[in-house]
Amino acid sequence: MPSALSPEPLLRVRGLNAGFDAGPVLFGIDLEVAPDELIALVGANGAGKSTLLGVLSGLVRATSGTITFGGEDVTNARPEALVRRGIAHVPQGRRLFGTMSVEKNLLLGAYLRRDREVSDDMTRVLDHFPALKDKLSREAGTLSGGEQQMVAIGRGLMARPKLLMLDELSLGLAPKVVDRLIEVVQQINRGGTALLLVEQDVLVALDVANRAYVLENGRIALSGGAAEVRDDPGVRKAYLGT
Amino acid sequence: MTSRGPLKRADLPLAGEVRQPQLELQNVTKRFGGVAAVDGVSLAVGKGEIVGIIGPNGAGKTTLLNCISGVYRLDGGDIRWEGASIAGRAPYRVARLGIGRTFQIVRPFGSMTVRENAAIGALFGSSRARRGPREAFAIADEVLELVGLKEKAAHPVATLTIPDRKRLEVARAVATRPHLLLLDEVMAGLNNVEVDEALVMVRAVHATGVTVVLIEHVMRVIVGICDRAVVLESGRVLAEGEPEVVLRDERVIQAYLGERYAKRLKS
Repeated sequence: MPSALSPEPLLRVRGLNAGFDAGPVLFGIDLEVAPDELIALVGANGAGKSTLLGVLSGLVRATSGTITFGGEDVTNARPEALVRRGIAHVPQGRRLFGTMSVEKNLLLGAYLRRDREVSDDMTRVLDHFPALKDKLSREAGTLSGGEQQMVAIGRGLMARPKLLMLDELSLGLAPKVVDRLIEVVQQINRGGTALLLVEQDVLVALDVANRAYVLENGRIALSGGAAEVRDDPGVRKAYLGT
Repeated sequence: MTSRGPLKRADLPLAGEVRQPQLELQNVTKRFGGVAAVDGVSLAVGKGEIVGIIGPNGAGKTTLLNCISGVYRLDGGDIRWEGASIAGRAPYRVARLGIGRTFQIVRPFGSMTVRENAAIGALFGSSRARRGPREAFAIADEVLELVGLKEKAAHPVATLTIPDRKRLEVARAVATRPHLLLLDEVMAGLNNVEVDEALVMVRAVHATGVTVVLIEHVMRVIVGICDRAVVLESGRVLAEGEPEVVLRDERVIQAYLGERYAKRLKS
C-alpha cells in the first residue's frame, strides 16, 4: 500500500522472469515507473523489450516475479483487467484495424469504458493530432505511416491510461514526423500520464526521457538518469555507434 | 547463368563513352482514384550506383518501387531497363530480367529454415534456365554467407531476430541473382550499431556488381552508403544529388527532415 514515507511508484516490477515455449526471454527484471515519469527502455533487437511490454500488458505470462501497479499486485492479470487499471500498450507496427475507420479505431481504445467522458478524450486526442480531424471517416489502412502511428497512440490514449507504453514510435517514419510525435509524447507526459518508451532511435529516446533502462539479453544491464545512460561508454559503443 | 564477381574493368564505362543508364524512369505516373501517388517522376540509375530514395511518408516511394518491379501498371510514362521498355511486365518477368526486390513487411516461410527460404529465391526468381534444388541450395549457401547468415542456415526462421529477418529478406532477393536490387526499408527498426552491420551487408552485395536502389528513413544509411539521394514529395522529385548536399537543402529540411533533425545533422 502507498505510504507517505516511501511513495509507491505507479509500476513496480520485481524479479520478473518470462518467456515462451522456445525458452526464457526475461531474467530477474527490476523496474519502476513513477506516475509522472517518461522512461526509455533501450536495447538491441531481440533483447526482450517487446516481450517485457507484453508481460506488462498481460499478453505474455510471467513465470516468476511480481508486478504491482498502483500499489496492487497485477502479476499475470488478464489484458483487459490491466487496461481497466490504466495500462495501455501501443504495439510495434501500430496494428490498426486497417479496413475500419479512424474514428472506430480510436473508439476501440475506449471499448471497456462506461463513463461519460469518452467524447472529451476524443476531443483531446484530436487536439494532440489535428491532422486526424478531417480523416475520421477514412479507412485507417489508407493513412500514411505517420498518421497511422497517430491513430495508434490516440487509441491508447482513449483508454485513459495512467501508463502508456509505446513500442517503436519511430519505426518507418520520416524524421520530421518523429519530431512531431515526440513532442506530443512529451505533452502527454506533462499532462500527467507516465510513459514507457521503447525506441531504436536511442538518441531520440534518451533526449526526452527522465530515466532509462538498458536491456541486454533479457537482463537489465544498466539503469539511471537518461543523460547518464547516454554518456555511458558501453551504451555509446553498443547502441549509438559513436 | 554464371555467378558474378566484383566489378571488372570491362564493366566500367570507357572514357568518352556515352553511358546509358541501367534503369531509366521517364515521366512515370501512377494514380489511385484521383490521386497521383507518383506524378511524373524521371530518374536515371547507372550501373553500379547506390541510390537512396527518401521523402515524407506517403510521398510515393514504395509506389515507385512497385512501379519498377511491375506490381503496379503505370498510368503514364515509361520504365526502361538496359535501354528497353519494361513497362507493363508482370513482376515475375521483371525479376527474371535481373531486378530483385525486398518488401517492407518481411514474409518469410515460417515453417522453413533460413537456408530453405533463401533457396526459394534461387529456384523461382531465376532467369531462363530452371535451377534444380541442388543448385538452388548452393546459391542459398553462397548468399547466406554474403549477408552474414551462414551460421544460422539451419535455424527455423521463427527464431530469427528482426535484423536477421531483414538479412534473410535481402538474401532471398539476392538469390535471384539480380543486377539491380531494390531495398524497401530494410534498416527500419535497427539501432545505429545494427544499421552499421547492415551497411556492411549491403556493401558486400554491391561489391558483387549489383546496382542498389534503396528506400530509407535512416539518414545514417543515406549518408553512409549512397552515391546519390533522391527526395520525393507528393509523388514528385523535390531534390536530387549528393546526400550531404541534399540533406542541407532548405526545401528538404522543410518537407522531410524537420528542424531538430537538421540541427542534429549539423552537430
